Amino acid sequence: MNGVHDMGGMQDMGPVVREENEPVFHADWEGRVYGLTRVLNLGPKWTVDQSRFSMEQMPPARYLQSSYYERWLFGLESRLLAAGVVSEKELADGKPRPGGVRVPKVTREQYLGQLQPWRAPKPEADPPAKFKVGDRVRARNIHPKGHTRLPRYIRGHVGTVERNLGVQRFPDSWVASQDPRYQHTYSVRFSPEELWGPDANSKDAIYVDLWDEYLDPA
Amino acid sequence: MSTVTEHTHQHEGTELSDVALRVRTLESLLVEKGLVDPRALDAVVETYETRIGPHYGAKVVAHAWVDPDFRRRLFEDTNAAVEEFDFTVAGVLATRLVALENTPSVHNLVVCTLCSCYPTQILGLPPTWYKSAAYRSRAVIEPRAVLKELGVELADDVEVRVWDSNSDIRYFVVPERPAGSEGWSEERLASIITRDAMIGAGKVTVP
Repeated sequence: MNGVHDMGGMQDMGPVVREENEPVFHADWEGRVYGLTRVLNLGPKWTVDQSRFSMEQMPPARYLQSSYYERWLFGLESRLLAAGVVSEKELADGKPRPGGVRVPKVTREQYLGQLQPWRAPKPEADPPAKFKVGDRVRARNIHPKGHTRLPRYIRGHVGTVERNLGVQRFPDSWVASQDPRYQHTYSVRFSPEELWGPDANSKDAIYVDLWDEYLDPA
Repeated sequence: MSTVTEHTHQHEGTELSDVALRVRTLESLLVEKGLVDPRALDAVVETYETRIGPHYGAKVVAHAWVDPDFRRRLFEDTNAAVEEFDFTVAGVLATRLVALENTPSVHNLVVCTLCSCYPTQILGLPPTWYKSAAYRSRAVIEPRAVLKELGVELADDVEVRVWDSNSDIRYFVVPERPAGSEGWSEERLASIITRDAMIGAGKVTVP
């Protein structure tokens, strides 16, 4: 979706301001929203990718005015409502009504027990890589209406495959229909002139992680 | 210049803000419906407030500065090298890590233009500026201006590499070891390695 979350290359967003000695959470509610999102994502109902898509669907003016965890809260409430886990009435007054879709309760022990290292996702058969390091590739000029990790600022532009990052789920189909469509992901190097025109600093480079289905040979 | 409010602090204090009330209502509703264990939420908050944070990344970088074999392993297979440490690792956020090497001629900067992807398992949760519209929009189109605002001045002949992290891959920067730190213990080295230096938004200096 060409949403307001797709911010790469936008201008006039103001200065980058660093907060000295910033706490992990600025208020208790931020930690609770983070925790609720994490434990509910451990269940079978939602994935991290779906969390991202639900936040991207926040109305654009509201998205820009909201703090980071306000967006998380919006995403969390919309996923719970869409799945029928809670109703609008319940959210409004906090009083549980009978019925509603049930999700498994994740206990403290289960959460702590699930702290474990990353392992590459294992598809049944490793799909072949469409590209190799050094290949020239063009990011597709497509405008999916659903979730996508193909940012607008590189669409239609040519870059070079810098490295193969291995096989990953394809975010677009994983969110749209829970189809993992495992494929190779690459770090693709773009020059600033290619993306931003002749006035850009030619010494620099922008690297974007892109899936096979986002790329064509150039 | 327009500005975008990315964070508000006006409600901290004794009275609960609207959003704090909304969250309290949601949590108690889910607890009463038997869907959420509040102690699990406590565990998530404790994990990120007290266990996983930039001190993990600082240990990794300090070790890479003093041990050339480890440094090589870190760039070859970052996850395996990080697993040599006895860190708490968070399952749902344990993504693939890639270490980037800063040198006198290359400066790396990490961003996520679409959301807030970050090497959480070794740096903890990202700072507010990393998640801000200003940083997400500008880091890819004017990285040198952004770096200057963050206090990083680079010579014209240094190549700036911007890495737009995309959900499944998380980048972090191994900064240059500063002059004047020769002979230091790993522990002392780790004490000067900042979170921002491991995102590329700072350099490590001897205080």
